[in-house]
Amino acid sequence: MSEAAATSVAPAEGVTGLVDDWTADKQAYHVPWGKAMMWIFLVSDTFIFTCFLTGYLNVRMTTTQPWPPQSEIFSLSMFGAPVPLLLIAIMTMVLITSSGTMALAVNYGYRGDKKKTMWLMTATAVLGATFVGMQAFEWSKLILEENVRPWGNPFGAPQFGSVFFMVTGFHGLHVSAGVIYLLWVVRRIWAGYYDKKGFEIVEITGLYWHFVDLVWVFIFAFFYLL
Amino acid sequence: MASSDTAGQQHPLGIYYQIWILLFVVSAFSYAVDYFDVQGAMRWTLVIIFMLVKAGFIIAIFMHAFWERLALCLTILGPPGVLLLLIGFMAVEGNYTESARFDYMGHDRDAVALTPAEYHASLAEEHGAEGAAAEAH
Repeated sequence: MSEAAATSVAPAEGVTGLVDDWTADKQAYHVPWGKAMMWIFLVSDTFIFTCFLTGYLNVRMTTTQPWPPQSEIFSLSMFGAPVPLLLIAIMTMVLITSSGTMALAVNYGYRGDKKKTMWLMTATAVLGATFVGMQAFEWSKLILEENVRPWGNPFGAPQFGSVFFMVTGFHGLHVSAGVIYLLWVVRRIWAGYYDKKGFEIVEITGLYWHFVDLVWVFIFAFFYLL
Repeated sequence: MASSDTAGQQHPLGIYYQIWILLFVVSAFSYAVDYFDVQGAMRWTLVIIFMLVKAGFIIAIFMHAFWERLALCLTILGPPGVLLLLIGFMAVEGNYTESARFDYMGHDRDAVALTPAEYHASLAEEHGAEGAAAEAH
C-alpha cells in the first residue's frame, strides 16, 4: 500500500501501462503484495483443477463403456418423485449465496465497518460449512446406496467413480480450508490485528473464496450437467 | 479498465447485488437445462454459455479483475489461456483412442448404462431369488 502510494505520477493505462508495469525496476503489480501472491497461488490452483478436468475429459472420451446417467444418480426423492440433480442445485445456490456475502464483506471491510465485515465473513463460513455437509451427505449416499467406488460402479464406466471422488473431493477440501481461513481472519479482525494495517486481507480472503465458487461453476457444468 | 487506487477496490454496493442476482438466475437456467431434459448440441451450447457467463462475472466483478491493471489481468488470465491448447490436444487424442478401441479392438458401440432404478430393481430381484432358494432348501 505504502509502495504504491510512493508513486508520484499516475501510472499509464492500457498497453502502455502494461509495458511500464512489466518493465518496471521495482514493482510490476500495483497491488498489495499479499494480493499479488494470492493471485499467483490461484493461477497455480487453476492448473491443478484444469489438469483434473482435462483428465476427466480424456477418460470420458476414451472409455467405450457408457457413462453413468449423472442426472438420475444425483437425484433426490421429493414427495415420492425423484427430482434430478436437486441436491447439486441446492449446493450450487448455497455456494453462490456465500460468494455474495463474501463480496459484501470485502466492501464493508474497505468502508471500515468491522462489525458488518465480521458478520458477513462468518455467514460465508457457515454457508461453506453447509456446502461441505451436503457434500458429505452426497458422498455417503453414493457410497452406501449406489455402491459407487473409485474403481467401479454398477452403472457403467468405472472412471465415473474415480473422477467423482477426486474432483469433488479436492474441491470439498478447498471449501473446508476456506472455512478455516475465513474464521481465522475473522478472529484476527476481531482482535484488532488489521486496524492499522488496513483491510486488504478481506479482499485477499475473498479472492480465494470466489475462486472456490468459480471452480464449482466448472465442475457443475462439466461433471454434473454434461 | 480503470486502475485500482491505493485505497483498494471500493465500489458501490449495488453492483454486487446485481451480479449476485444474475448468478442466481443463470444458475437456475443451467439447472433448468437438466430439469427439462434438453439433450444433444443444444444442451452443450446452453450449459457452456451459462457456465462462461457465470465464470466471467465472478472473475470480473466479484474478484475485481475488471478494475485491475492490465499487467495483473494478463498475469492471471494468460497462463490459464494456454491450457486451452492442452484441452484441445487431449480432445483430439481422446477421440482417436476411442475410435481405435471401437474399430480395432471390437468394443461394443451400443452398450447402454444402467440407471439407478434398474440397478436397485435387479438387486431386489437377486435378494428375492436368494430368499426363494433358501426357502426351497
